[in-house]
Amino acid sequence: MIEFLSGLGRSGLHWLAVLGRASTFLFRVLLAQDAVVRRFRLTLAEIYSVGVRSMLIIMVSGLFVGMVLGYQGYITLVNFGAAEALGGVVALSLVRELGPVVTALLFAGRAGSALTAEIGLMKTTEQLSAMEMMAVDPYRRVFAPRFFAGFLSMPLLAALFSAVGVMGGYIVGVGLLGVDSGSYFSQMQAVTDWHEDVMSGVIKSIVFGFVVTWIAVFQGFDAEPTSEGISRATTQTVVVSALAVLGLDFILTGLMFGDM
Amino acid sequence: MKLRFLEVSVGVFVLLGIAALFYLAIQVSNIAEYRDRDTYHVVAYFDHIGGLKVRAPVTVSGVRIGRVAQIVYDPERFQARVTLAIQAGQNYLPADTQASIFTAGLLGEQYIALEPGGDYEMLADGDEVLFTQSALVLENMIGRVLTNISGD
Repeated sequence: MIEFLSGLGRSGLHWLAVLGRASTFLFRVLLAQDAVVRRFRLTLAEIYSVGVRSMLIIMVSGLFVGMVLGYQGYITLVNFGAAEALGGVVALSLVRELGPVVTALLFAGRAGSALTAEIGLMKTTEQLSAMEMMAVDPYRRVFAPRFFAGFLSMPLLAALFSAVGVMGGYIVGVGLLGVDSGSYFSQMQAVTDWHEDVMSGVIKSIVFGFVVTWIAVFQGFDAEPTSEGISRATTQTVVVSALAVLGLDFILTGLMFGDM
Repeated sequence: MKLRFLEVSVGVFVLLGIAALFYLAIQVSNIAEYRDRDTYHVVAYFDHIGGLKVRAPVTVSGVRIGRVAQIVYDPERFQARVTLAIQAGQNYLPADTQASIFTAGLLGEQYIALEPGGDYEMLADGDEVLFTQSALVLENMIGRVLTNISGD
């Protein structure tokens, strides 16, 4: 019993310590954000590797999620004779939920794990210490550009996901299942509010981008400097990001749409 | 060469992302309605609003000219007070216009239909629509049909 309690206490203290380190780390990264403008070329390279190279998987997933939504929505709606409402179903589910959440999950898998592994390897091979020895601040040189790149890319990727998804729903709904093209879009515009739905989706994706990049960069920074440590940190990034995104999504949805 | 490629691809990425946002704004959502923010408000009292919701359409002859801005219960009149936001351009509604709550389709959403009267005075901001017709409540209708049938 005592054994169990002390184990619980130890893991609690461990997580508290991790949270504390993560917060100081975040604070220092945010303080170093001036490097993003000063050394824009570095940031550019990071946006390329984090954002541009995630674009394909995001757009393909968006297309397929939209197409599946088109199918499933149609099958359900046609029972009620409301197949015309398909556009609204597809757009609302994409813009409010699926766009930000699925993008964040994919982003954690595609870009977050890469960030963790890269930084973890830098730490293991003592590149970070070498930088400090040369009076190069790794927060400015390494972390700040990567953090900013992830933070910027996420909302753009989520918007791409939703837009491509709407087109995917159009391809299936209008092209294959014969929903009227005009009512697909007019229904969509009738139920989707710019402020309430699209903007809250954008806010969600900004929050997710912040959290996922934070977790990814911190896990790399905090990784044990062994090959095993890097692999564990990479796994942790994906698992913790996914849980954080889903948990935050629940809270944000409650805050944004709860009072309706 | 390498840097140029980098710059171009990042530029394309950012542009595509912003274009996607624009697409969502213009094609998917109702941002066009935010343009004509100029509206005037008219109040209507209903005995029963059925399932009418805020943002439901306000129509004349089926053409949408505004939205329901607010629904509150007025404890002094024991009626529902519905505020209609009507586009400023549609200022031709006579003072004796009638407002009715209808349902789009059998199970569709409810909306307010305005039927212009013959008065020379026009409705202005803050005016009240005097003639209203409440929503039909299905249960009441069924009850009435049942009593009619049993009365025979």
